[in-house]
Amino acid sequence: MTALDNYVAPTSLEQAVEQLQELGEVTILAGGTDLMPQANAGRVKFKRTLMNIRRIPELHGISREGDEIRIGALTTVAEMMVHPLVREHLPLLASTGDHFASGQIRNAATLGGNICNASPAGDTLVPLMVLGASVELASKPDDALFRRSMPLPEFFVGPGKTRLAPAELLTAVRIPIPPKGFVARFHKFGTRPALDISAISIGVSGVLKGGTLSQVRVAFGAVAPTPVCGCATEEALEGRKLDAATIAAAAKVAQDEVHPISDVRASAWYRKEMIHNMTKRILEDVSANH
Amino acid sequence: MSQQTIDFTLNGVPTRVSVPVQMSALEMIRNVAGLTGTKYGCGEGECGACTIILDGVSLNSCLLFAVECDGRQVTTIEGLASDPVGLRIEKAFVEAGAVQCGFCTPGMVMQARQLLEQNPHPSREEIQRGIEGNLCRCTGYVKIVDAIESASKE
Repeated sequence: MTALDNYVAPTSLEQAVEQLQELGEVTILAGGTDLMPQANAGRVKFKRTLMNIRRIPELHGISREGDEIRIGALTTVAEMMVHPLVREHLPLLASTGDHFASGQIRNAATLGGNICNASPAGDTLVPLMVLGASVELASKPDDALFRRSMPLPEFFVGPGKTRLAPAELLTAVRIPIPPKGFVARFHKFGTRPALDISAISIGVSGVLKGGTLSQVRVAFGAVAPTPVCGCATEEALEGRKLDAATIAAAAKVAQDEVHPISDVRASAWYRKEMIHNMTKRILEDVSANH
Repeated sequence: MSQQTIDFTLNGVPTRVSVPVQMSALEMIRNVAGLTGTKYGCGEGECGACTIILDGVSLNSCLLFAVECDGRQVTTIEGLASDPVGLRIEKAFVEAGAVQCGFCTPGMVMQARQLLEQNPHPSREEIQRGIEGNLCRCTGYVKIVDAIESASKE
């Protein structure tokens, strides 16, 4: 085992990915809100180099690029919540931040960090999935900067595991600006509002026109090793009139398609019940308020 | 163990320290810089006793790497002694009896300072939300909320 014996704080993306390629054994530091307690508890071992990426301007900031909103990986949850572009186009993300940890943690925790931690219960992941987000990755395997992007659901492999290559950095999240008639809901279910890890979470989105829901996206958190698509539930809703019968059927499909485990936060049975009840409640709310 | 030298401003005073790379800002403030007003409660961001203000935003110093303070402005509870709003909050805590054992108080006052910066006249509910990251095991929070409310009205 090699101990942590090196610290770098690159000031450009180019420099960061070069160092990643060169140094190999690197632990990335962004907000640190997860890295610090995980390392203190022995759940994460520092690699040889700690790379503080917070001094890279390119990883900060929120902008509109064509039909997409680009949110830099180092954007904190607090910055995301108050940004005019997010509030105008992605109000779901602004309200998601409100359920995230506490004021102090929202001021430090980054969107990129929440994604790269790949917790099945990560608070921003389910909302980002139903918003159709993709991640932007950068590396420098040879002389040129190499960028690729990936739909967010494909990025997650398991708890704490992603498809990020060893010398690759997550640089931003891209979210398409939602179409007219777009509705989206996120519900995080836990025991208290602040500083809680959700027992389950649900996100639903779609385009509602004349009472009919289309382009439906459903995602669930904390019911599988990664945040997951509620694909069967999507099918139960797609193109259907959002009436009591559709809602009841979709809630049942949701309950049947998740296979959660029992752990300290909730039993598998309870999680399935909550998926049913909360899916129903969310859909009723969508139907009543549009 | 890799040491790193960092330069930052601590309560307005230019400060240079050498710290191990993995050291938390909390440990650096208490054990290297020697300011013990900032408290170690849980060490994992749940209790808020270690709240500091870094470049104008409040953070749990137990979750912050000391090296991240490099080049930045750090304010701890000691720094509020020269801040009019900080003094107002301190006075309100004393007058409302918002202190029992006192261990959460520095963190509460720092977070209250942050809240009043962003929202000078918060409602009681906004105050409760503002201190959601700070635990107090003595008071039941009522007098703490009273104190912050009273500080906001002065």
